[in-house]
Order: sequence, then structure tokens, then C-alpha cells
Amino acid sequence: MTRVGIVGIGHGRFGRRSDATVQELAFEAFRDALADAAIDRQEIDAAVIAAVPEYHKQRSLTGVIMEYLGLNPRSAWLTEDACASGSAAVRTAWMAIRSGLHDVVAVIGAQKMTELSTPEILALMGRVGEVQWESIFGTTFPGYYAMLARRHMHDYGTTKEQLAAVAVKNHYYGARNKNAMFQKEITIQKALSSPPVASPFQVFDCCANADGAAVVIMASEERARKISDKTIWLDGLGSATTSMSLLRRPTLVSLPSAVEAARQAYKMAGVGPDDIKVADVHDCFTIAEILAYEDLGFCEHGQGGKFIEERQSYIGGKHPVNVDGGLKAKGHPIGTTGVSMTTEIVKQLRGQAGERQVEGADVGLTHNVGGNGQYCFVHVFKKE
Amino acid sequence: MFSWFGKVNFTPHTKVGRFADYLKDGHLMGSKCNSCGHTDFPPRADCPECLSGEFEYSEWSGRGKLMTYTRIDAAPTGFQDMGPYLIGLVELEEGGRLVAWFGQSIPESEIELDMDLQVVPRVFDEIEEIKVYYTLEKPGTTWKKAPA
Repeated sequence: MTRVGIVGIGHGRFGRRSDATVQELAFEAFRDALADAAIDRQEIDAAVIAAVPEYHKQRSLTGVIMEYLGLNPRSAWLTEDACASGSAAVRTAWMAIRSGLHDVVAVIGAQKMTELSTPEILALMGRVGEVQWESIFGTTFPGYYAMLARRHMHDYGTTKEQLAAVAVKNHYYGARNKNAMFQKEITIQKALSSPPVASPFQVFDCCANADGAAVVIMASEERARKISDKTIWLDGLGSATTSMSLLRRPTLVSLPSAVEAARQAYKMAGVGPDDIKVADVHDCFTIAEILAYEDLGFCEHGQGGKFIEERQSYIGGKHPVNVDGGLKAKGHPIGTTGVSMTTEIVKQLRGQAGERQVEGADVGLTHNVGGNGQYCFVHVFKKE
Repeated sequence: MFSWFGKVNFTPHTKVGRFADYLKDGHLMGSKCNSCGHTDFPPRADCPECLSGEFEYSEWSGRGKLMTYTRIDAAPTGFQDMGPYLIGLVELEEGGRLVAWFGQSIPESEIELDMDLQVVPRVFDEIEEIKVYYTLEKPGTTWKKAPA
């Protein structure tokens, strides 16, 4: 079986980017990725754009990005799976390469969420759930994860301090990531005294809307070996879905889509949770990272709170998680996030993560969730 | 008239539109498949088991248990005048679940997971057009029902 590898990565600065259009953001990351792969644009034969279109005034984002990056007349398409769009794009690029249709594919995550006004964002926020039976009661995105958190706290004794500890860790690493939106450490006390959002969540339990782009260039094994001597291989892919509404969710204390996607990815890569030296997981809310520890098998179900309390997800712990700051500190430009996670794991496996480097990282993982669990993609990467 | 359902309604057109008419008359209705007898709440026009598109409405008692809840402090468009409000997810005695606001019979301090609840059909008094919904109340709470 021929492999698919990542030969180039690029990552722009995340945050409120009032200085750039979405295609300009894409360009920053694209330029970096080309330089990193040391290839010419002409060698790319297709592009997959990862974005959630409703945040932009520009309709059909793929068109402006392809034009501005000078990639016409190459083939391009958009993938959308809410906050998991980035990993959905990586997956379709893998398929395009393995099918033999394309040899070198650019995956371009680009999102400008702050283009919308606050009322427009609030209106969108009112339709994040299932709109026929749930959104009519004013449910919100934090509200959904808050309801999962409440049940987890009740069933397993997870505490608000443990939730806050996730935010503290991710801000600690965000302070060491030059591309992060928030580069300042916080304390448990600061998190616990922040304004309420949706009980039990406060401001510091929630990630922030952000603008930003990230790019990975993927290639067939044959081409990858010619392009780069530091290729990182995408050897395990898992993808699954669960119900849109909480009304038909099999469980409230786990994301079934994540459990299934992890099972598939581990099996395909021939590894288990204990082999994962570094992971980037979807911490859109603090509880989401705790669920990820459990759903990925880094600890037993119900033990996620204890896992962070014991600092097992810090560098030096059992499974370093989100040592780039995660969505919490890095910011969450929703379409870009999965691509951003991929760049971080590639960096870690290459040994290029600087002061955030996990020593001896040879197998890494990304866990990218769409919505409140409707979609999940788990990818396993290897150094050799 | 499904457009009656909810303070803000996003899906006025559905095959289970009469759900809102029943709710206005005080009846909480699920669906029962005419072919295999599968029941569902919220009601579905299309049976997830046997794929039949023939169904009838069937009345639910509205009794259930609280699975989880949250207090929304940051409200979206259309709900900002109501905030903060309490939302609960309820497992219904006859099967299925619903999301609803807590009503006045249960203050936040008395909310506990797994508590017994009564779902009560409501009509918005303060809105001129017909707008129906339901609230979560203490068991034993009664309400007016028109003949089905």
C-alpha cells in the first residue's frame, strides 16, 4: 500500500485580523507552505479548501482563493463539516492522492469569522443546533457543551476546577506559540472568576471566534520522497458521525463519533492510544478536551478530570495534548482548525516545535470535532 | 401550522405540522407508524425502522426525567429579551426526548439531574400572533386541554 505524506506546512497568525481579507490570510499560510516544502506552485495539481462559508460575505470562497493564490486552472473543491472542515479536507486530499487522480494536493484552511457583525454572529449562533426542535428554545453552542459538561460532572464527579485546569494548560502553551490569538498565561482563579456564558461554563471555558489560515501540502509516497526528506506520513484515518440533535444522542458523557473515528484510525495505523506521543484535540470548550482524553483512550471514561488535574496532558505527562495552545488559546477559525492541528503535529514529529517540543515524538494524532460531536475525524501521523 | 411552534420558528414547513395545532390545544403528540407501530418523539413522518411514510399522532403524558440542563447567559438573536433562561433536556416516559425551558414552578436552586418533571404545553401570552411552546414543571402540574 502506497502512503500519503505531508511535505509542506504553513500557518498564519490567528486572531482578529482586521488587516486582511480571507484570501490574503490564505496567501500568508500558502507562501509559508511552499517555502517549507521548497516546491514551486506549478507542482501542485489540486487544492481542497476548508471553510465554513456562512461566515463570509464572499460566496463560493474557493473561487477567490484559487485566483488570489495563482492556482488557476487547477482543480479545486470545498469541504464543509462545521468545525471539522479542516480535517475533512485533509481526508479528501488523502483520497484524491490514493485514488491516483492527483499527486500533490494543497489543503487550504481559511476562515474570517470577524467579518460578520455581532448581531449577525448571534443570529448564526442561534442556529447551531437542530433548528426544528431545539434552536426554538434559544439553545447555543456553549449551551450544548455545557449540558454535556453538567452530565459528566454529575456522573463522574468532574469539577469546575478540573475544567478550568484545561484552560490554564492551553493558555500556558498558547503563551509560547507566536501564532496564537491569546499569548498570555492565566490562573485557575482568573478562569473561575470570569463572566458566566452557559452554566457551568464561564468565559474561560470557551474558545474564541478567530480569523486565520493554515495550509498543508500533501503528496503521494513517490512524489513525497522526491520533494522532501522530512515527510510526515498520514497512516491512520478515522471518520464518523453522530446525531445532530441531543434528542437522539446515544450518550451525553462521550462523543460517539470520536470513539468510532479513533477506533478506525488506530486500526488503520496499526497503533494504540499508548503509542501516541503528542496530540492536538478539539478543545472548543474545556469539557471537550476532557471528553477527548477519554474518547481517544488516553484514560478511562470518567477519568478525564483527574487526567488534567495530574498534569498528564502537559509535556512530560503521559500524553501531551494541545501543546500549541489548542483552540482555547490559539483561537478557533472554524474551517482552518483541522489544518492548523495537522501543521502542529507535523512540526512535533519533525522535531521543529522549539520550546514546545515533545521529545521523542514519533507518532502523533489529531482529533477534530464538528459541531457538538456531529462529525469527528481522527488522524494518526508517523515520522517513518 | 408548525410556524406557531417556538418563539422563533425556523422550519414552518414540515410533514408533522399539526404537532403545533395539538400543542395549542394542550396535547403533546408523538408519532406512531401505521405500518410497524414504531413510536417517536419528536414526531416523525417517516419511520426510521420500516421506512413507511404513513403515521398517526399519539398523545404523550409529558412525564419525564431531567437528563441535563444549562442556564444560558449569553443569548442569541430572538432570545435576548428573555435571558438568562434555563434549558433542560428531558427523557420522556413514553420514549424520546425534548428540550424546553424551565417554568416558574421550579427555581434554579431546586434543579437536580434525574429529577421527575412534567412537560406542560404553553401559549405565549405576550406575543400577539399564536406562538406555542412547552415548559418543564413540577410533577402534578395541570393545564387546560381542549378536546382532541
